[in-house]
Amino acid sequence: MPVTDVEPIVTRRLGLPESWTLKTYVDNGGYAALRKALSMAPGAIKDDVLNASLLGRGGAGFDAGKKWSMLAKGQPSYLVVNADESEPCTFKDHMLIEGDPHQLIEGTIICAYANGVTQAFIYVRGEFALGVERLTAAVNEAYDYGALGRDIFGSGFDLDLVVHYGAGAYIVGEETALLESLEGKRGFPRIKPPNFPAVAGLYGCPTVVNNVETLSYLPWIVINGGSSFSRMGEGVSAGTRLFSLSGHVNRPGNYEFEWAKATFRDLIEHPRLGGGVRNGNELKAIIPGGASSPWFGPDKLDMELQHDVVQKAGSMLGSGSVIVMDHTTCAVRAAWRIVKFFHRESCGQCTPCREGSGWLEKIMIRIEQGSGREEDLELLLDVCDNISPDITWPPKQTTICVLGPSIPPAISTSLNMFRDEYLVHIKEGGCPFD
Amino acid sequence: MARLSPEIVQRARDMMALYPRPRSAIIPVLHLAQEQDGYLTEDAMAHIGELLDITPAEVYGTASFYDMLFREPVGRHLISICTNVACMISGAYELLDHAEKTLGIKADTTTADGEFTLEEFECIALCDKAPCLTVNWRFFGPVTNQDFDRLVDDLRAGRLADDVPPHGTLCRVRRTVGLAAQVPFPGREGDPMKKPVSDLPDDKAGPHTGTPPVDKRTPGERVAEGQQPAREGAVPQVDESAAEILHPEGTDTGPTAGGSRAGGGT
Repeated sequence: MPVTDVEPIVTRRLGLPESWTLKTYVDNGGYAALRKALSMAPGAIKDDVLNASLLGRGGAGFDAGKKWSMLAKGQPSYLVVNADESEPCTFKDHMLIEGDPHQLIEGTIICAYANGVTQAFIYVRGEFALGVERLTAAVNEAYDYGALGRDIFGSGFDLDLVVHYGAGAYIVGEETALLESLEGKRGFPRIKPPNFPAVAGLYGCPTVVNNVETLSYLPWIVINGGSSFSRMGEGVSAGTRLFSLSGHVNRPGNYEFEWAKATFRDLIEHPRLGGGVRNGNELKAIIPGGASSPWFGPDKLDMELQHDVVQKAGSMLGSGSVIVMDHTTCAVRAAWRIVKFFHRESCGQCTPCREGSGWLEKIMIRIEQGSGREEDLELLLDVCDNISPDITWPPKQTTICVLGPSIPPAISTSLNMFRDEYLVHIKEGGCPFD
Repeated sequence: MARLSPEIVQRARDMMALYPRPRSAIIPVLHLAQEQDGYLTEDAMAHIGELLDITPAEVYGTASFYDMLFREPVGRHLISICTNVACMISGAYELLDHAEKTLGIKADTTTADGEFTLEEFECIALCDKAPCLTVNWRFFGPVTNQDFDRLVDDLRAGRLADDVPPHGTLCRVRRTVGLAAQVPFPGREGDPMKKPVSDLPDDKAGPHTGTPPVDKRTPGERVAEGQQPAREGAVPQVDESAAEILHPEGTDTGPTAGGSRAGGGT
């Protein structure tokens, strides 16, 4: 095992023959947790998940147990699983959906039971065609097995689960946009307050929204107890966690290990994890938590992969995706590509995001292609400041949702770290990496 | 162009019946229209409006928000090359250039024979296989220039037909359980146990239909009042004979086996 000897949890069945089938799942202990959960009081499960300190793995890092405790009273209430994984360079949920759909379904049923929900949806990113097919087949199997539908395993608990799929829109990963889309509309994020899903979610009713990886831990937590989970890791960074490692490493991939017990260097260099920067190249920068997060330089390599530590250092672990860039990477081009993404995916409701992302993309491509001016660097920061005042961390917000404040970090941190490189583009009239 | 065929209409009605409000099914139903025609015809969108009891403009308004829904014809094979940052630093733009040359078209256009549409796409969550692409949403990666040429040859010759269905077919596995004909669920349209719609917040209340009924309690007070809602009504009898059992068309259908590409931390 890499780093510590803790066994993986959510990835432990991946690689088994036909790991996505009911047979493999049940042969390897599947649905035992649901049987146990149904014999417990819903409140006891909720207490156990609170004890587990299960931080949401979708990006915001909010404690799942606390999120459940905020669910307003009222019928009907709903559970919506956010399987619309779209943050650039995050590919963990994609793997879990295709590789172990029953684990997600079992976690979903446990969550629904704990929260008194009888109608759940898994909103799968539309591009995950194979994932939609595997989940749909798994839901069919789960109904036939008695784990879904009426009177689940003879407990009297009913749950209907719908595999819903989208049609391509990054913003729908934002939970209120997800609900808007699930109501059959354009994926516009809602204003919060009042539209906190726990109070006014799907169809205006109280709604739990949880991420795929988060729910996939629940069967293990029910079997082993929340305190077994929180004993792993450090503080709020409890349990194990999946990291999606991509870019210039020898072994890109999803890696699950005990949280807060490894550093960025371990993840990138450990022979059973990243295996080092490709070709023995020099590390230039890492993006520690998805395209929305501020970049780090090689000086942060020995920082622990821990929620609070990374937050205090001015960035975030976000959705757990770490992008590695070696010295052959043009920082201007990488930052341009990220801002181009946000411009394309801005839903257009809020002016700072809609217009600001377009301005930034145009200025960045102008610099990258050699037509930039020195005063463009100040202009970039000025536009960033209009989207997220003072360009601080955690960011301030002028928009309905956090897509807006996700735009500046790539530009502001790359400019801060590689100002000389920006200037070379401007002075030499082109990209020195071309 | 075509309205939806009776078979597609039936599948659409099955989907609509899964949701507390039929409009929630609009995206899966729009995918069905694309399965029929390869893209969204105006007639199909108008027909979907009739099924969901909304205007064609509302259908169009929803459809036009989403990247996977096309309102113009696309090729039989939609090749989407990811150029987002992990793929870009692994040569995605070079691959896109090569693809344009191989196919003889620019990105976001279609070959004259209607076989291929090429598009530059955003991250498709296969970043450990960069640079990667999808063909009709089936994943391939990492893809070299040689791989790309072979892939195009195979697609043209129909050698990947089992793995890559024609553009528009998203999910080849049918839901066989919990359909309206089998098990009525509370809250669903057409269900005897359905709550009257007037009990729910007004669907036409404002630009964001999530606007809740006014509740002056604080979230803390609501929590203090307890979480466990009462179960509604009695369990209705299931009429087994009414159950229409469809058969799934196989589950292991994609070109990449899920899980096998996982590092898995082992």
